[in-house]
Amino acid sequence: MAAINRDDVAHLARLAHIEMSAEELDRMAGELAVIVDSVKSVSEAAGDDVPATSHPIPLSNVFREDVVGHTFTAEQALSGAPDAAEDRFKVPAILDED
Amino acid sequence: MTDSNELIRLSAAALAAKLGAREVTSVEVTQAYLDRIAAVDGQVNAFLHVNAEEALAVAAEVDAIRAAGGAAAEELHELAGVPIAVKDLIVTIGQPTTAGSKILEGWHSPYDATVIKKLRAAKMPILGKTNLDEFAMGSSTEHSAYGPTRNPWDLDRIPGGSGGGSAAAVAAFEAPLALGTDTGGSIRQPGAVTGTVGVKPTYGAVSRYGAIAMASSLDQIGPVSRTVLDSALLQEVIGGHDPQDSTSLTDSFDNLVAAARTGNVKGMKIGIIKELHGEGYQAGVENRFNESLELLKEAGAEIVEVSCPNFKYALGAYYLIMPSEVSSNLAKFDGVRFGLRVLPKEGPLTIERVMGATRAAGFGDEVKRRIILGTYALSAGYYDAYYGSAQKVRTLIQRDFDAAFAQADVLISPTAPTTAFKLGEKLNDPLAMYLNDVATIPANMAGVPGLSLPGGLADEDGLPVGIQLLAPAREDARLYRVGAVLESLLEEKWGGPLLDRAPELQAPAIGAANTVGGSN
Repeated sequence: MAAINRDDVAHLARLAHIEMSAEELDRMAGELAVIVDSVKSVSEAAGDDVPATSHPIPLSNVFREDVVGHTFTAEQALSGAPDAAEDRFKVPAILDED
Repeated sequence: MTDSNELIRLSAAALAAKLGAREVTSVEVTQAYLDRIAAVDGQVNAFLHVNAEEALAVAAEVDAIRAAGGAAAEELHELAGVPIAVKDLIVTIGQPTTAGSKILEGWHSPYDATVIKKLRAAKMPILGKTNLDEFAMGSSTEHSAYGPTRNPWDLDRIPGGSGGGSAAAVAAFEAPLALGTDTGGSIRQPGAVTGTVGVKPTYGAVSRYGAIAMASSLDQIGPVSRTVLDSALLQEVIGGHDPQDSTSLTDSFDNLVAAARTGNVKGMKIGIIKELHGEGYQAGVENRFNESLELLKEAGAEIVEVSCPNFKYALGAYYLIMPSEVSSNLAKFDGVRFGLRVLPKEGPLTIERVMGATRAAGFGDEVKRRIILGTYALSAGYYDAYYGSAQKVRTLIQRDFDAAFAQADVLISPTAPTTAFKLGEKLNDPLAMYLNDVATIPANMAGVPGLSLPGGLADEDGLPVGIQLLAPAREDARLYRVGAVLESLLEEKWGGPLLDRAPELQAPAIGAANTVGGSN
């Protein structure tokens, strides 16, 4: 497995929507390289015949009756929003104008 | 009435008995705890918010019902009027919920977590919200955006994490009970280093609805207390099936208190996990662990050795699965629906750039590390090697547990490899910090229940050591049965609870304390 470098971290930070300064990228790349190195033995632990477990105690067919349950009022739903107008969340522009 | 200093040192079960017999009122008890918080929390920093007004109102309501007598008094829950603290990862109406993060500073939830609804139904006054590592990511509470909590045994040391606030509150007699959450040891490891009891129930035994998700396949809410019986009482209050959590189990867990009161381990097989002691464990931890084994043997348990060879991969697999789930769960902090919004200093104000600036300012270093690590583990080209392999390791760990439980009724190990370390000691070495959870992580990976109880003080530093018990999924009662026996044998040897040996916290000079009874 490839080691993680500064460019990788910059790319991942963009994917994760976290702005990072040059200093932060340097530090994070160093720390993550150590962590990734320490976890890589995991890929050698299990053979192809071992099934994956996604959930510790599997449950299947967890359904409920198809009826309207508790819903928030617009006021409740918007109570923690940093910006709202006309009973809606106010979102910054999706597209850059230029 | 009882002196307030004596009152705060009583167990929840003893308090419940006194309240039921009307020897003391809930207002007196609740006020005694609020006074204690005001006197010592300036030093301990266990609380992020104190909920004095509401707690006293609930206490007064319970007192009025008891005073009036009749059917309403009869129907009161056994723990009615016994106060409790809540980890600030669990949402509450009427109090802020921060998750220890700047991104949620001042945020109020429009709904109560299911466990909070259950506390309210039992009429337990909620004293306030306790400190934690940001979004429960850490083993020392130093990653809280609101300053570290300090260990009541030594204020220069960590109280464990992420639930250091809940454990320290209970250890410092600022609350008789608390709620915690445990994703890789966040209830049990703080219990170990503060000389208190903490339980991670079977995955799904307690609803997670309203616990801010960190890693959904690992997270579990559970009790924090000073005695094994108190944790059993609390788990019975908060447990049970909840249709609002689709991972909630329909099994009944109403035998926990009875198990804690059984007091017998004769003929039980208790398995020492070969891989979870010895090398890498502090000598004083190992000594106390061996002493507990001797006591259980003398009480009639059979000690066997089991091997869980794949546990050596557990930490690595955990640090792939957990960050992967973190990166997904924390994507909701987008600066739009709740919490902080930070605008970029220059350039156009697009949603992408607002999100980038908001998350940069709102998240701390450890949260950023885990989001980036999870984004990496889930990315195309690495998914099979990292996340896929880690999920296979999860299967291997479950198989190890299955084999071990074929040989033993419960398993036993030290809860943490060391006693409490100094604040700052491991803050700049993430890997050293992660190793604190080496003995607690396997339980989360497999969904099995685990309990930590005080095992005594390490010879070399005089600090608390935790003993961990593990049981098969759905067999939480076994933990309480064995835990209560070991606790009583140890206390007999010590001549009282371990916390009696904790140094007395000195109330600071007037002016330095928090406002009595007020919110902070």
